[in-house]
Amino acid sequence: MSGLPAEADPSATAPIGLLSAVRRDAVGVGIATGAYGLSFGALAVTSGFSPLQAQVLSLALFSGASQFAAVGIVAAGGGAAAAIGTALLLGTRNGLYGLTLSGLLPLRRWSRLAAAQLTIDESTAMAVSRDEPGQRTLIGPAFWWTGASVFVFWNLATLIGAMAASQFDDPRVLGLDAAVPAAFLALLWPRLRDRTTRSVAAAAGVVALILTPVLSPGLPVLFSALIAVAVGLWPHHRGAAPSGPANGAS
Amino acid sequence: MAASPRCRPLGASEWCVVTSTWLVVIVSSVGAYALKLAGYLVPAPVLARPSVRRVAALLPVALLAALVAVQTFAAAPALVVDARLAGVAAAVVALTLRAPFLIVIAIAAAVAAGARALGWS
Repeated sequence: MSGLPAEADPSATAPIGLLSAVRRDAVGVGIATGAYGLSFGALAVTSGFSPLQAQVLSLALFSGASQFAAVGIVAAGGGAAAAIGTALLLGTRNGLYGLTLSGLLPLRRWSRLAAAQLTIDESTAMAVSRDEPGQRTLIGPAFWWTGASVFVFWNLATLIGAMAASQFDDPRVLGLDAAVPAAFLALLWPRLRDRTTRSVAAAAGVVALILTPVLSPGLPVLFSALIAVAVGLWPHHRGAAPSGPANGAS
Repeated sequence: MAASPRCRPLGASEWCVVTSTWLVVIVSSVGAYALKLAGYLVPAPVLARPSVRRVAALLPVALLAALVAVQTFAAAPALVVDARLAGVAAAVVALTLRAPFLIVIAIAAAVAAGARALGWS
């Protein structure tokens, strides 16, 4: 326990077993998320992004769903504005995670800058899960270890996926154009936990399809966001608990 | 990646398309970081409203569902049923059986490629 300064305060010392469990979980989550990174790197390159651009997205954007969306919309012929808009709308939830975490993590001014970059579904979920009596000293380690572990594995996997995919010429022969919607579906799946989310998902899919022939590529997806806004603001649903971060989606 | 498929909708020069791809990479990265940081800096009451939290929780659901639908059926500007549908249907089965992410993707790609090899566009 004589490592990080954050652990030096005796009153903040967590049992050694729990702390190593936090680290083990963090590495496990990192490796599992790396699988998404492999397919992200591959799909980015087959969508026309260079391996360098794919890597910059994983380093700087560092939020799986937003990265897949930016790449998918550019691949479908959507404009830059639609790709950016969708990626940023998907990123708004990270802002709410930051709000939750700023109340839980002891952060100095500068460490907020690093914490912000690591604020994603996985690190938030692991940190919030330690917000229990007797485990609060593990919130910080759970956040930092999970965030750092996912960051490392996600970026390594992006590199490998991008390098492997740049060997292929026609993504359609390998069925990679079907892998893109499958990737979005796998990101969506754990969020379909109740009737409201399932209805919103179904309505959004239908609206996007209806608008596809009349709007330029990328815009139908942006319009479907209005369904989330309408349902979220609808007074009838007040009292329904907002969903937290879904497991297994970054 | 010789003849870039990205040039098709624009009919513009390769340089132009490469630039717009970098534009997407840089602007979405900067914007995403700003959103993350905002959570740590913006006064809590603004973001803590239940309605704001509900909308933020539902946004990924709506956007991801729309992306699934569009990427399965769209061949801009038309809607088509092709081998992608077989791949996505296989992904649904794999997800129902709780297959891990990479397996889901691999099955979707393999089924779509197989359907194409059998002559289904």
